[in-house]
Amino acid sequence: MEISILRGEESQAYNVELENITLLSVLNHIKTKIDPTLTFSHGCRSGVCGSCAVRVNGREQLMCEYKPCDGDVIEPIRNARVIRDLVVDTSSIERFISCANAWSEGSREGCVSEEEASRIETQTDCILCGSCYSACPVYAVNPDFIGPFALTRVWRYVNDVREERSDGKMAAVQTNGIWDCTLCGECVPVCPQQIAPVQDIRMLRNKSGMMGYSDPTMSYGGGLDFGGVTF
Amino acid sequence: MAKVLIIGSGGAGLVSALSASEAGAEVIVASKTLATRSQTSMAQGGMNAVLGSDDAIENHIEDTLRSSAGLGDESQITFMCERAPEALRWCNSIGLPFSRDESGEIARRRLGGASAPRACYAQDYTGLKLLHTLYDQCLKAGVEFKNDRFLLNLSVDESTNRVLGASFLHVETGEVEEIRADAVILATGGYGALYGKHSTNSVQASGDGLAAAVRAGARLADMEFIQFHPTALKGSSILISESARGAGGYLLNAENERFTDELASRDVVARAIHDEINRGGSVYLDIRHLGEAFINHELPQERKLAQLYEGIDPVRERIPIKPAAHYSMGGIEVNDDCMSSVSGLFAVGECANHKTHGANRLGGNSLLELVVFGRHCGAKAAEYGTKNPASLSDNPQLAKDTNFVRGVMYFTNQIDFYQKQEMLANIFYNNVGLVRDDMGLKAVLGAIRQMQKELPFMGPRDKSKVCNSNLVEFIEFGNKVELAEIIVVSAISRVESRGAHYRLDAPIRNDRMFGAHTITWKEDGVLCADFIQ
Repeated sequence: MEISILRGEESQAYNVELENITLLSVLNHIKTKIDPTLTFSHGCRSGVCGSCAVRVNGREQLMCEYKPCDGDVIEPIRNARVIRDLVVDTSSIERFISCANAWSEGSREGCVSEEEASRIETQTDCILCGSCYSACPVYAVNPDFIGPFALTRVWRYVNDVREERSDGKMAAVQTNGIWDCTLCGECVPVCPQQIAPVQDIRMLRNKSGMMGYSDPTMSYGGGLDFGGVTF
Repeated sequence: MAKVLIIGSGGAGLVSALSASEAGAEVIVASKTLATRSQTSMAQGGMNAVLGSDDAIENHIEDTLRSSAGLGDESQITFMCERAPEALRWCNSIGLPFSRDESGEIARRRLGGASAPRACYAQDYTGLKLLHTLYDQCLKAGVEFKNDRFLLNLSVDESTNRVLGASFLHVETGEVEEIRADAVILATGGYGALYGKHSTNSVQASGDGLAAAVRAGARLADMEFIQFHPTALKGSSILISESARGAGGYLLNAENERFTDELASRDVVARAIHDEINRGGSVYLDIRHLGEAFINHELPQERKLAQLYEGIDPVRERIPIKPAAHYSMGGIEVNDDCMSSVSGLFAVGECANHKTHGANRLGGNSLLELVVFGRHCGAKAAEYGTKNPASLSDNPQLAKDTNFVRGVMYFTNQIDFYQKQEMLANIFYNNVGLVRDDMGLKAVLGAIRQMQKELPFMGPRDKSKVCNSNLVEFIEFGNKVELAEIIVVSAISRVESRGAHYRLDAPIRNDRMFGAHTITWKEDGVLCADFIQ
């Protein structure tokens, strides 16, 4: 099996006689037996640490959950500065969670029904692998877009029945946030945890509407003013 | 304002960061990875706490003490178990999304060795969800993260035995840098990755903090005690959570018969499986009777991983398993304030030995330990730093480590360290695993001493200054070799069987001679060991 890996500007091909194992195992084999300079991130090898997202033939995959085929082309994820080979800068994760205030402001005690708990079950499965961020086309035009994983995280806290205050979070996602999303849905199929950020962004938009926020993009040039709240 | 440096960003590091920050300290968390990529993300089963009137804190204490096989400290265990309900409430207050039962209370399940269902959980993602919730809170609290910092050594003032900070390799730039602080907390996790492909752990669990601590003069305790998880996938050692047995899963031998109490403590079950594999060749975990709906809801990770790594679907087939190295009970010896034998150097979580697990840890007690002791340790470190500000005096450590990182590039590379690392993992699994004896242990010690001599003939083959993971892995290997010697010397010295340490040549527990902690330390580079109460 031959796979090629994008290393900086150039692509390098590796030939390995291995079958039916994960891409991560193949890369570990290459690093320890063939080429120790090949550089990539990994950790748990079981799909929970979020370290090993890459693009395979143009589509985001966790290396520990993907079994490669002959001819596969491996590249680092997009929309992040490449440090070396498949390793990218992760500082945007901290930056966007902070921008979005994606944390609990205080979570009350007391009973929560199974149904209520299940509302945020999928969103809290997020492993911050960055796949959705890589697939998102908005970054081509707005590098400050808070982005899919951070917005899912906001919805996760807003939709948590225990959460005491969510107004700060809702205010934080109005600019470079929910209205900048094009609702294209590219983030959905690439999520290894079956999260649908675009759905969570829609929910945040609905909630914003109910709170009196409006879509700023709609007010450009239309000349209509319904007297909505201005922020 | 005291400055507290926390090394490691798993659950223990983040809880102590929040706690030190609440106590008014300026907090820096330095870590070799992004916080959410730590080993804690892999914890599945739950966090023990007595919540209802159907269980009692005394029972939690009793179960933990019994499992610790004489090496648990009753006052430390009581401290942990009594604070467990409050720790749970705290986790809830910061938003950890617990699973719920029919009455809306936090759901609990029974894990091995527990007399009641008391492991509170979030599906089979308890560690993942705890870690991410903590990370969000740390960002809210303004904790400063310095990621991509690989710990090299602690800076210690030798005349006063006082820690001053630590030196790191900034992996991205290849520069060595020092961070000074008034108190330093090690929260660097365990050393399970020493067992390589025979471990359930992340490849990151190379014991860097323990190795740096022992080099800095700290004492380690009970390093020979390594817990083997009974049920890891046979081919890949990927963990199948104990909750699979807690929910009613069976262990079957090659003849398709049950052969042990599935919910006995981990040391007992793991050895029963080991014996059965030696006898009949294979052992399986069978959860088919739990039904597809239950498996999808309660054990979704297990199903996915078994399909991916073993090519079998647990809904329809038995899962081939083997025991694998899972948790390091041994660690940096700490006092009631979580401080090591070096002044101002604290340790918490798996890298520390809080004497709560003793010779065998109970499932659900490690997440609990990191929350309870993390809160305690952060506050104590902040207090210590406020009362005893560190001097900014010159220290030679940064210059030494800068020279080391420069010099290691000139190691000769006649010997491939990846090969040696794999060999170390294999001989550890075979001879320093579930079943040990004097001859086997001494053979491993001989091999380790040889590797120590050979280190200058190994080295990184990648000469890049930027983001050199080959260099990082070589230094990690050095740390593993350093700890391997300590583990094996401890295991040779303990001529008895207790908890996770089982000696074929001394199968009986001997309290009179060995009812004490194995304490190890280095004096002028020479390893010393003693049994101390």
